Amino acid sequence: MDLKLGHYNKDGIEVVDVEGEIDVYTAPRLRELLIDLVNKKNYQLVVNMEKVEFLDSTGLGVLVGGLKRVRAHDGSLDLVCTQERILKIFRITGLTKVFGIHDSVDEAITARKAEK
Amino acid sequence: MATVEVTFTPLPAHVRTARLVATAVARRSGVDESLLDEVRLAVGEACSRAVEAHQKHCPGQPIRVALTDDGERFEVVVTDAVPADVTLPPEGVPMVAAPAGGNGTAPGAAPGGGAITEAGSAAANGAILQLPAGVGLAVISGLADDFRISPAGDGTSVAMSWKRRSGAA
Repeated sequence: MDLKLGHYNKDGIEVVDVEGEIDVYTAPRLRELLIDLVNKKNYQLVVNMEKVEFLDSTGLGVLVGGLKRVRAHDGSLDLVCTQERILKIFRITGLTKVFGIHDSVDEAITARKAEK
Repeated sequence: MATVEVTFTPLPAHVRTARLVATAVARRSGVDESLLDEVRLAVGEACSRAVEAHQKHCPGQPIRVALTDDGERFEVVVTDAVPADVTLPPEGVPMVAAPAGGNGTAPGAAPGGGAITEAGSAAANGAILQLPAGVGLAVISGLADDFRISPAGDGTSVAMSWKRRSGAA
């Protein structure tokens, strides 16, 4: 399945919905979206990966790049993911310690608001 | 002779095809269903690495994926035309961030190494935050039962294998 991207604002946080496969072919589209959002001064991001079917290290690189960009503006990039097969690659690479990973968009937003 | 061979031009779009073929052959070969996601991810990582290397060094040459289910193991070998010393990270450079511990942590991971830092630490203050080189290979080594990388002619082969279910055809 190809990659479908969407985004909306909720409580001042930009939520990015990702559906499909994030790999070497599709990851550039996600990278462009994250860069575009940051360029439009959206520095608090939540990437909802609940409908992601596949994620490889190219996709991880895009997420890390997005995190780097928002942190340059004192922002944040949290993830929503409960799928074990997707979480596994975060564990293997140690990135569970880098990203805030939540069970739902609401939980991610609540946690982010609580940190402010 | 491989059970199935796939040869593709080094374009990112074809990596998905290679993943799909590898997963289908692994299933037919008797690899446990619980391991198929690992096969898919590991083969995708190896092919992505090869595509990236070919696009930089030899975009006109194809990449070869050989899938073999002889004996007790299902083996995948991804062969490219770029020497390993051109594409591998220099010796001593950690391939991944500090390991999370537990099952699946990649060999070669250096505790505290790599450019990735933890949430709330130096990265939060704008320090370098990027994936170290070779993270794809580190992922493969964390997923496959057996993993090796070796010279193959003028290029490099990345071989990985998984156990088949006993009695699988």
